[in-house]
Amino acid sequence: MKNNSRKKPPLFVRFRQSRVFWPIITLVLILIFDGIYAPGFFKIGIVDGHLYGNLIDVVNNGAPLILVAIGMTMVIATGGVDLSVGAVIAISAAMGAVLINPALGNVLISVDILTENVSRTPLWLIILANLAAGTACGLFNGFLVSRARIQPMVATLILMVSGRGLAQLITNGQIMTIYYTPYFFFGNGFIFGLPVAVYIVLAVLIIAWMLVRKTSIGLFVESVGVNAEGTYYSGISEKNIKLLAYTFCGFCAAIAGLILSSYVKSADANNIGLNYELDAILAVVIGGTLMAGGRFSLIASLIGALVIRTFTITMYTIGVPANALLAAKAVLVLLVILLYSDQSRQLLNNLFERKKEIDNA
Amino acid sequence: MLKLKKFLFKNGPLLATIAIFIVVYWIGGRLYPAMRNPQVFFNLFINNSSLLIISIGMTLVVLMGGIDLSVGGMIALSSIASAALLQMGINPILVMLMILIMGVFFGLIMGTIIHYLKVEAFVVTLMGMFFTRGMAYVINSSSITIKNDLYRFLALTKIPIPFIQNAFIYIPTLVGIILLVVIFLVTNFSFFGRTVYAIGNNEQSALLMGMPIARTKILVYAISGFCSALAGIVFSISLLSGFGGYAQSMEMDAIASVVIGGTALTGGVGNVFGTLFGVLINGLIVSILQFNGTLTSWWTRIGVGVLTLIFIGIQSLFYVKKRKA
Repeated sequence: MKNNSRKKPPLFVRFRQSRVFWPIITLVLILIFDGIYAPGFFKIGIVDGHLYGNLIDVVNNGAPLILVAIGMTMVIATGGVDLSVGAVIAISAAMGAVLINPALGNVLISVDILTENVSRTPLWLIILANLAAGTACGLFNGFLVSRARIQPMVATLILMVSGRGLAQLITNGQIMTIYYTPYFFFGNGFIFGLPVAVYIVLAVLIIAWMLVRKTSIGLFVESVGVNAEGTYYSGISEKNIKLLAYTFCGFCAAIAGLILSSYVKSADANNIGLNYELDAILAVVIGGTLMAGGRFSLIASLIGALVIRTFTITMYTIGVPANALLAAKAVLVLLVILLYSDQSRQLLNNLFERKKEIDNA
Repeated sequence: MLKLKKFLFKNGPLLATIAIFIVVYWIGGRLYPAMRNPQVFFNLFINNSSLLIISIGMTLVVLMGGIDLSVGGMIALSSIASAALLQMGINPILVMLMILIMGVFFGLIMGTIIHYLKVEAFVVTLMGMFFTRGMAYVINSSSITIKNDLYRFLALTKIPIPFIQNAFIYIPTLVGIILLVVIFLVTNFSFFGRTVYAIGNNEQSALLMGMPIARTKILVYAISGFCSALAGIVFSISLLSGFGGYAQSMEMDAIASVVIGGTALTGGVGNVFGTLFGVLINGLIVSILQFNGTLTSWWTRIGVGVLTLIFIGIQSLFYVKKRKA
């Protein structure tokens, strides 16, 4: 898109036209609101050598959502949607809990054994199993969408409905509490004062960014989203691109499941990662990626996820009850959607243009 | 012969749905003799009356190529709202009217945003789901019991089924069946219904044909809102209470029922009548699990998931054939 013969527009205009403009504006607005109405929101202290405060919480609690949003961005960019991420999180968490559980299945044993700080399987195997389970789920979705040609919404709805059932099947319908301390590292650990989850997010983000921007995969994904048939006729395997996107999304959801189950130290097949699919889709939409597919931005989705988390924590800080939060979230999303709609964008652009004309004259 | 072939192609998924319902019911009857009791069949209607109502509304929306995720939240909101209003001592008829108007109004707003602001139906109704559920909790975060006489009368009066001994349904059960007939007639024999199918097939060409796109689209979402408010009333009557946590993820059950009933999520193909069987199959799986007793509740979810997969397979088989033919 670079055109050297034309003069580059000033920095502000470039920023205003970039993808991350609206998400950042939303985030900044929420933060300004915090600054006024919630004194101490920005306070960051050090407890036990770890950074501690609301902003750290946003990033730490938001890590699973950011991960899922990154995967979801890829899927939505191909013109699809993945409703099963919440269920995949539950499956991944159940997998981890079941492998740690020192007692097998239905055997009646004493509480002492169950609450022992040991694991039945080595940690690396647990992580591998977690990720493999999620990736397999993603692969299943990908096959349904790309090979069986089922609409993405329906294809992933299947796993969304049955996935939590599968997770319950794995944990035998019980809420499994985890007592194995090394497992807590992902959700509760700190490296150099920052939560481990932040490093995991950064690693995944960098890998994903390299994958889509330093190779042509990103371009292929966008072209599939814009016109799948046209992509096929230009000799790109549109099927494999879709398969890759869904598999990657499952992989991201699996990591999110690992972090979440490690954070709450248990695996509750019914409630872990509840509504994550919705939050992730909202994060992507706030990030400005169209549900119809096409151009996408991982960074914008990350900021979208941060907007949702910051908003949630803000609401808690100023004392909105958790129950009413859903309604407040809906209002926020409505505002963002209205901000994004073509009509209001047109209005705003016209406003800027007219101002320029007046300035020139 | 050709006519028969055409009929089979047109109604293939629907016939498959009905056949599978009968086969599953027959297997259930073989395994558990108690299931042969005719009341079990009527219980399917009684237990799933609100699911049937929202699925009917959902069918219209899906036929038009849209989706409505707010139905579950709307049930919760109207159940708690009616419970709260009744607690204040307002006339129950008036309460029902208010709830229905609220549902229609909510659907109108969502439809307007979807059509005029060109925002994806998925996102708008998702927001509607958050909003309704949040508002339900704002009204009251705990469950409210309904002690109203009219509600109790509606909830507890049994209507005997003629010619079958000891078989009965409740008054609210009739609502879904009446609604089914009305919507069936509307979709098949009215200009509005044909417009819905036309939009589902291709919105652009429907527009070029001079069909009232805006009016129809907004009206369909309003009907879906009406249906979910109605389902909320039925729900609160059958449980005689209201709670913001009711009907959790029921929108997904409704979508699964619509899909199992042979309606394509891309729009334009399907039938309200099929949705009835989608709902019945959904209920049948639950009752077989109940009769079995040893299988645990999560098998319901796995069962519904697998069935949806099978039905989508059948659908794509038929549609692929249709395209070739």
